[in-house]
Amino acid sequence: MYPNGLFPHGWEQYLLGGLLIGAGVALLFVLTGLIGGMSTVYSSTWSYVVSRPFFQQSNLTSSRVWRLAYATGLIAGAALWLVLSGQPSRVAVSVPTWQLFIGGILVGYGARLSQGCTSGHGICGLASLSRPSLVAVITFMGTAFLTANIMARVLAPVVGR
Amino acid sequence: MASTIIPTVTRHGERASAVKPAALIAAALVSGALFGFGLALSTMIRPDVVLDFLRFTDLGLMLVMGGGVLVTLVAYQLAPRLLRRPLLGGVFALRAAALDRPMVVGAAIFGIGWGLCGVCPGPAIAGLGAGSYELGWAIAGIALGALAQGMTAKSR
Repeated sequence: MYPNGLFPHGWEQYLLGGLLIGAGVALLFVLTGLIGGMSTVYSSTWSYVVSRPFFQQSNLTSSRVWRLAYATGLIAGAALWLVLSGQPSRVAVSVPTWQLFIGGILVGYGARLSQGCTSGHGICGLASLSRPSLVAVITFMGTAFLTANIMARVLAPVVGR
Repeated sequence: MASTIIPTVTRHGERASAVKPAALIAAALVSGALFGFGLALSTMIRPDVVLDFLRFTDLGLMLVMGGGVLVTLVAYQLAPRLLRRPLLGGVFALRAAALDRPMVVGAAIFGIGWGLCGVCPGPAIAGLGAGSYELGWAIAGIALGALAQGMTAKSR
């Protein structure tokens, strides 16, 4: 099953990257006491333009400013990495547009219905020792594993990647 | 409904002072930058690599998640015990998700989408900083999905 080893591209960048992700979430908490999952920003930003009561809940309207700042920080951090990493230009994405868009719709709908994503349930929830978040993580890891494997067989039966 | 509980008094019974707006924005920017740098370094911003993670042909995701949870766990468990309040003011919030049907169904749908595109909400945004403008399609999709969820949610 693992002809190229468990980590075909090495493992250091994964562990270091993960520790830095945790450092960002931890720093936000120590400085401000806030829980820094990433999916809420997609709902809280709609609160600027959608008047439906759902989007005018105080936990969305009162957090939309810092959540946008947090998202801006994400972009700045990745840009800094691009400069320091010595990559020749940019990181191009090879996954087809329709997959990004359709997958994105499901990601957005599902994460908001579930009240958390990979960072909200996966990092913040597990670090809060939340049993509901553990259930969420096991659930989305399971369906993601199934979907990614099925898609690989449906879309690339010849390429054999 | 609220996924985060922000108490208005501290554990010590004092009224919580709000973090000043400028300090809050600065803290969010710096914390976000660390998070974004980590997402880029760990290749979470590359959907093709994430799809390899999700097929378990590369176990890197376990290290990314494990490293992230480890550091956050220390902060979440120790900071409220060691500090009276967060360093810039405010109060330590609690993450409180209820274990109910929508939560599990939502997680299942989220996973299907993630397995289809290899992009989750944070990396979609961070990837823009590494010039992956194609991720704009994922961001548009996630934003539309979030809108659909809010428009169909039972209003209280």
